[in-house]
Amino acid sequence: MTTVATDPQSDHSDHHDHPAFLAHHFENPEQQYDSGKLGIWLFLVTEVLFFSGLFVAYIIYRYFNPEIFIYADDFLDVRLGFLNTIILLFSSLTMAWAVRNAQLNQKLGLIINLSLTLVCAFAFLGVKYVEYSHKFHDGLLPGKHFNPVVHHEGEDGHAADHGAEGSAAANETSEHESSEGIAEHPAEKPIPRNAGIFFSIYFCMTGLHGIHILFGIGFITWLLVRAVRGEFNDQYFGPVDYVGLYWHLVDLIWIYLFPLLYLIG
Amino acid sequence: MATAHESTTNETSAHSADENYLTASYGLKSWLLTLDHKRIGMMYLMGVMGAFFLGGVFALILRAELFLGTPKTVLFDLNIESLGISMTAADMYNQMFTLHGAVMTFLFIIPSVPAALGNFILPIMIGAKDVAFPRMNLCSFYLWIGGAVCFLLAIVLGGLDTGWTFYAPYSTSTSFGGVFAALCGAFILGFSSIFTGLNFIVTLHTMRPPGMNWFRMPLFLWALYATAIIQLLATPVLGITVMLLAVERVLGIGIFDPQYGGDPVLFQHFFWFYSHPAVYIMIVPAMGVISELISTFSRKHIFGYTFIAYSSLAIAVFGFLVWGHHMFTASSELGAAVFSLLTFSVSIPSAIKVFNWLATMYKGSIDLRTPMLYALSFLALFTIGGLTGLFLGTLATDVHLHDTYFVVAHFHYVMMGGTLVAFLGGIHYWWPKMTGKMYDEKWASIFAVGIFLFFNLTFFPQFIMGSRGMPRRYYNYVEEYQIYHQISTIGAFLLGMSLLGAAIVLLRSLKNGEKAPANPWGSATLEWKCTSPPPHNNFDNPPVVGDPYDMQSVVYDPEIKGFVDRKPDNPNPATS
Repeated sequence: MTTVATDPQSDHSDHHDHPAFLAHHFENPEQQYDSGKLGIWLFLVTEVLFFSGLFVAYIIYRYFNPEIFIYADDFLDVRLGFLNTIILLFSSLTMAWAVRNAQLNQKLGLIINLSLTLVCAFAFLGVKYVEYSHKFHDGLLPGKHFNPVVHHEGEDGHAADHGAEGSAAANETSEHESSEGIAEHPAEKPIPRNAGIFFSIYFCMTGLHGIHILFGIGFITWLLVRAVRGEFNDQYFGPVDYVGLYWHLVDLIWIYLFPLLYLIG
Repeated sequence: MATAHESTTNETSAHSADENYLTASYGLKSWLLTLDHKRIGMMYLMGVMGAFFLGGVFALILRAELFLGTPKTVLFDLNIESLGISMTAADMYNQMFTLHGAVMTFLFIIPSVPAALGNFILPIMIGAKDVAFPRMNLCSFYLWIGGAVCFLLAIVLGGLDTGWTFYAPYSTSTSFGGVFAALCGAFILGFSSIFTGLNFIVTLHTMRPPGMNWFRMPLFLWALYATAIIQLLATPVLGITVMLLAVERVLGIGIFDPQYGGDPVLFQHFFWFYSHPAVYIMIVPAMGVISELISTFSRKHIFGYTFIAYSSLAIAVFGFLVWGHHMFTASSELGAAVFSLLTFSVSIPSAIKVFNWLATMYKGSIDLRTPMLYALSFLALFTIGGLTGLFLGTLATDVHLHDTYFVVAHFHYVMMGGTLVAFLGGIHYWWPKMTGKMYDEKWASIFAVGIFLFFNLTFFPQFIMGSRGMPRRYYNYVEEYQIYHQISTIGAFLLGMSLLGAAIVLLRSLKNGEKAPANPWGSATLEWKCTSPPPHNNFDNPPVVGDPYDMQSVVYDPEIKGFVDRKPDNPNPATS
């Protein structure tokens, strides 16, 4: 969907001198490239608006419930978030480099840079997996499932299951201890009412972002296959460019998510 | 069979005289996998007409139930123990009005003009071979099919009775399967709509022929362009909204459900941020059709071209600022007052259009063919719908009229009297181009008049009972409303028969109709310069771009019963 139609099989009966990559309904490669470029930018606009709903929800709930955000933020691991930020920024570099490679006919460079981008994408998801499993393990779940597991001092198993569901967890002030060593004993504070909302927003935002990473992996793999086949050259590099723009947007969204989720409180 | 013929598309390089997009290749596969915008447009047309039929049946069931009112009932209680179905007549009524609304909105009216007519006409109007992204176009059609299947699943999986608006927390606490399937359907249909809009914007930006600048485009294209902008900017918000609602329904995440700290009014804001602009997705393309019809059948250059063009964009912009008027009774007083003021701003560009159409007709040579009859009904019905909108936009009166039949009548006048009538006008107008056949003018115009009359019979009484307090979506009513309901129900069945009649006239023409000339109506836009039906690539030679409303550029040729380009060496030919 982020690509222009470049189906060489489609009907080009009464046409001459069309390069193989030029779809039958375009007059020339420039028109095809411009169409694809405008198309992907418009698609990115829809993506921004798609995420905007979540950002609006974030703003509203944070405005009305600042205590939830300050409380719950402590459960997030800034170091892992920072690591992922670096990974994604680096992958944006390799992606931009790949576009340049395609424009300069550097087949090997293109393959290397696309592969590096792909590796970064998987690394990002790997870190995300570690973070998610911690949260599942500790009961830091969205909405009504929010049920933080309390580790008592000295024990490292998950002992008493404190904190009831969502709103029922309100005003718990017992001697909770941090479930993750790095956080500064968040559980010692009272659990605010509806604290699960933070994790609803956290999982929705990072989950949707993760789905976009998955789609990106699909697109980049597709580019990689075509790059190995040698389909891209200085005349025809549109798809690399378009996927690159998509990838930068996914990166950019993370650049917003990281401070909004990890660096508050 | 399909495989035997599928290669013909690529091989027929020389066009024979009667080769066209319908005969370019044969077999089911050549349709299902086609990238031709005309075939995709035709498949969309069949799809949306199917959805319209279904939605219409639901509407007639509703009206039949309301004919009798308390305590008698037309619907019956269902109690099939072996299937675990237990449903009262009231439940069934709730499902019927929900499905009527959801099917008509999401499956019929949003894709009707842009995806069916627009897909067919837009590339030909700019002399192009196809839209910019033909595969995405086909993908959009299959997404539409997917969305339609989801809505059918919603019926099977326990039904849907939330109303088409899916308001939380009711939607997050009832009928699990039905709500979830319908939300998936709305999400998928949103992408279908986005793809169509994106395709149109890119096509209009990059594929216009030399000589056609923005202000030489037919106004139908301006309307589709404005619509596409709304589709692109509003639909993603619906996407995230129904996605969050679906997650809320499945997991209980507490974004919208107050039980877990969520905010149901936030859902209303999100929903209407899409769904108010969506009513302009429905009406603006219809206005584009009307601009074409009025000018063609008045045989006169459109009056105030730039005003009509810009008013489409103005509606698109203002449309984003008024969603709060759906929530006058649920939002803050200051917010409601601001939204009330902003709501009136939309009436300005709408009125600009109406006045320009009237000015176009003034001293025109009006030809009362079927499409023009639909255009005139549009003017009347849209004006009633628009003016009654002012009552609803006014804060003080809306508090009284909120959620009454007055609202129902208002949006049916705009959506059905406006969009549906313009869509029918557009189908009759472009039918010869799409199918190559002329329909029976006499019967088509009889049904056009019937649709106008019975539409009013159906919906005008609803204004009266609404202003007297009859609430919408109610299964029962007190005695004093019965007469209005009965008139309305009778009108609805007569309207249904007129619509069926119009459909039969069109379908009969496929078999018995005369062969259509290239330009039967004397319009000057480019789609009439190719043969009817158009060849696979639309134009063998790029058409010459001129003023799309220069009606003097074509003259009637009685021999072919159609219009031909005026020859420069024949300065004073006889016009009919």
